Amino acid sequence: MALKFPIFMDAQSTTPADPRVVEAMLPYFTEKFGHPASRNHPFGWEAEAAVDVARQRLATLIGARDPKELVFTSGGTESINLALKGVAEMYREKGDHIVTTVIEQRAGLDVCKRLERQGFRVSYVPVQPDGLIDIEAIRSAITDRTILMSVMFANNEIGTIQDIQAIGKLAKEKGILFHADATQAVGKIPVDVEAMGIDLLSCTAHLIYGPKGVGALYVRRKAPRVRLAPMMDGGGHERGMRSGTLPVPLIVGFGKAAEIARAEMAAEGERLAKLRDRLQDIILSSVDEAYLNGRPDRRLPQNLNISFAYVEGESVLMGLNKETALSSGSACTSATLEPSYVIAALGASAELAHSSIRFSLHRFTTPEEVEYVGQRTVEVIKRLRDMSPLYELAKEGVDLKTIKWKAE
Amino acid sequence: MAYSDKVVDHYNNPRNVGSFGKDTPGVGTGLVGAPECGDVMKLQIKVNLETGVIEDAKFKTFGCGSAIASSSLATEWLKGKTVDEAAKIKNTDIVNELKLPPVKIHCSVLAEDAIKAALADYRDKSATTAAAAASK
Repeated sequence: MALKFPIFMDAQSTTPADPRVVEAMLPYFTEKFGHPASRNHPFGWEAEAAVDVARQRLATLIGARDPKELVFTSGGTESINLALKGVAEMYREKGDHIVTTVIEQRAGLDVCKRLERQGFRVSYVPVQPDGLIDIEAIRSAITDRTILMSVMFANNEIGTIQDIQAIGKLAKEKGILFHADATQAVGKIPVDVEAMGIDLLSCTAHLIYGPKGVGALYVRRKAPRVRLAPMMDGGGHERGMRSGTLPVPLIVGFGKAAEIARAEMAAEGERLAKLRDRLQDIILSSVDEAYLNGRPDRRLPQNLNISFAYVEGESVLMGLNKETALSSGSACTSATLEPSYVIAALGASAELAHSSIRFSLHRFTTPEEVEYVGQRTVEVIKRLRDMSPLYELAKEGVDLKTIKWKAE
Repeated sequence: MAYSDKVVDHYNNPRNVGSFGKDTPGVGTGLVGAPECGDVMKLQIKVNLETGVIEDAKFKTFGCGSAIASSSLATEWLKGKTVDEAAKIKNTDIVNELKLPPVKIHCSVLAEDAIKAALADYRDKSATTAAAAASK
């Protein structure tokens, strides 16, 4: 198959909508445009029925007992905001302490920062060099004032999958609510809120080949019944937890994406893991001092994150960006101008955080694309190392740590 | 972020990549930046000891595309200048030439620092050589 450029390998930032998803959505923009809360005419009934189907599909995908436990939101960020702020406000009488980790996505960390300004206390549990959170570190962070634990199911940068079941078990044992940020995990790997002891779960459609602008928060109704203070006041939609007219076409798309993900997850995961492993082999067999980030055997199947010593991430992307879309943990590619806090949290040097590149494959990635991107990456790294003063010094046998750097 | 055509050109066709022997007479070396900041530039000049003119310049840079372009441009500008003229190159000249956005101004500052460091190293070495010659 001929290659089509540019090649997209940045599928943990977003994914293209599956054509089957778009097809399912289309009628809900035009002839089936009703408001699902219109209880007294067929337009409303039709819309409500479509939302119910989508809710059921999503519930099935994450193992929820009751579709009513799902609250539709605008996406992962809103779901995380609702989960953390909603619990904090509702359970403030009970406690004022939250346990989370240092590798949560920005939304999780920033909500916690805000809650701290409002008087809550937050413990940020560190991560081990392989990207896994030590369950004992979580246990020792818990106090008798802890009301919530919030942990990422799978990391957006390094793809590391946490031992969610063990964390869920610990939460039950301590009587603490457990929120899992599963935006990167749902639809990619098996997620089961019942078996895993998850009380709240955030997910989003656009990472599973659905539309942008819709997500969901799972809120457990039984054992325990989780209550949330709403962030949005209004018509009392979504059992009062999230007012606002439901975006029916987006929700229908989300439901269709969930249905496809459930049916194809196993085969797709196997296919992507093989392609990912091939990409990893091409690169690691040709480039010295390239370091794999995150534990290899507990990774999302489509994720590959490598730090290339002595070259800076943005310059790598620049060498490829006309033809291939990737992302980097380099400061120069982030809005905050800080290098990746996830790679830094693994204990890697800041230099290696600046040098990290994330390849993320997706449903439409082809073997030809993998071969091409692998070869081109190797070429670009070699070219940049030829012009890297650090590589030159290292090859001369100079230990870079012994140099007194004059930072600007 | 979109890059200016000049940044892309310098990135794709960097001028004067390479190294001189540090101890070669007339060579001045500047090594600035820090790996943990994501930018390190090594810039070298080779000065004609008779005329005081920079005959050649080379660089190696660890950094983003704008850092590579800033140092590549600096080596182009240094060639043919006297040591005194070279000291007048300002980071703002680099910003204007490469049309660097505000977030990339530090790349031009680093390039100016690299030029200054190379010139200072050259002067130190000539002073030492002169002192050694005088004491003979």
